[in-house]
Amino acid sequence: MRIINTDEIVSIIKELCKKACYELDSDFIETLKTSLKEEESKLGKEILDALIENAEYAKEKQVACCQDTGVTVVHMEIGQEVAWEGRPLKEAINEGVRQGYKEGYLRKSVVKDPIIRENTGDNTPAIIKTEIVPGNQVKITVMPKGAGSENMSRLQMLTPADGIEGIKKFVLETIELAGGKACPPLIVGVGIGGTMDYAAWLAKKALQRPVGDESPQEHLKALEKDLKVAINDLGIGPLGLGGLVTALDVHIEAYPCHIASLPVAVNIQCHASRHAAITI
Amino acid sequence: MKVQLPLTKELVESLKIGDVLELTGNIYTARDAAHKRMVEALEKGEKLPIDIENEIIFYAGPCPAAPGSVIGPVGPTTSVRMDPYVEPLVQKGLMAMIGKGDRSDYIPPLMKKHKAVYLLGIGGASAIIARQVKEAEEVAYQDLGTESIKRLYVEDFKVIVGIDTEGRILHKEGIEKYKKK
Repeated sequence: MRIINTDEIVSIIKELCKKACYELDSDFIETLKTSLKEEESKLGKEILDALIENAEYAKEKQVACCQDTGVTVVHMEIGQEVAWEGRPLKEAINEGVRQGYKEGYLRKSVVKDPIIRENTGDNTPAIIKTEIVPGNQVKITVMPKGAGSENMSRLQMLTPADGIEGIKKFVLETIELAGGKACPPLIVGVGIGGTMDYAAWLAKKALQRPVGDESPQEHLKALEKDLKVAINDLGIGPLGLGGLVTALDVHIEAYPCHIASLPVAVNIQCHASRHAAITI
Repeated sequence: MKVQLPLTKELVESLKIGDVLELTGNIYTARDAAHKRMVEALEKGEKLPIDIENEIIFYAGPCPAAPGSVIGPVGPTTSVRMDPYVEPLVQKGLMAMIGKGDRSDYIPPLMKKHKAVYLLGIGGASAIIARQVKEAEEVAYQDLGTESIKRLYVEDFKVIVGIDTEGRILHKEGIEKYKKK
């Protein structure tokens, strides 16, 4: 049994919040540069150029690359041989978020109640997802998720008869409805199977995969490729002003489901594709 | 095209979708909560906290300013959420809005009728947009934090005309051009 004091989590979360908001992955910036070569629209090129400059400048100056530093999604994959001591883990995570958003000069974008809508002032509480996995390590992923793309995400309970065509239709319809509102070029996370809630989580988890990463399952890999082409054929382009580059990547995660169900969730990620992770 | 603010009626009416402008002068930030309050004030027959005649509202809520900087990263938010508040504001003489994303079908006719324009900022380019902000001052609804109304003095702030005074829509025409049938 490995014992970890939850105090250790506070500074880890704090640093991950800042890093995620300041630094887009180098691979992601490279992908933006590749897309700039592919884009034909003049305005589209100008926008991609600005996004690359912005990402590099934010990283260099250690400032948020986008002002919407999001609701903080914290994913903890906890080895089953780990035991915790100290304050409750949830409190430690929220303290890390509180400190990270204050020290990092990140925007506080969380309201206490969805109807009363008073800002909590420190970006807490985080959206916390824990999973118990084998081993004695803990992988912590922080994903600040902006509302522009989150608001355009959708879920539908299809029927088995809808099949792969139904899935494609729903994904394309979702991206078309999102248009420029979700800040393309996008990363599209698709969760297929499980239950309603689980499909949504799979779609969010898919966004944690590095750009360029393909599904290890052949049929899903093929669907990822098909969807990427079909999404780019929509012509939405950078910021929805028309162009060839709408999706930089499509990631699909699937899970077994009920004989009568085919849940499909599409979680859209804007071009500020932010996530930072560490394994302790 | 370089544009010195405030806007003039002649200039606004000459703008066409896709024009790229570099704005220099004062603009005001306001987003969801501030719009709700402004429109509620108008409904009660009260005065707005700022004079919006011939002005530009920037749909934005910045990050806090770090020591030594004028403002934190700032960029346009999704405009469609402010659509229900547009009509009473353009009636009061608001001349332009800066945001991102396409808008409801009833917005272009409003732009045409009131000779106003919808401008697009580069969504998510917030670190470099903040470099163009030379002054920032909270002018109303301070209790709203990031959502308060702020006066920003910007220099060469790059925006693209998204809906012009003829009611043409850049998103629509742009996508039609590239959509594979």
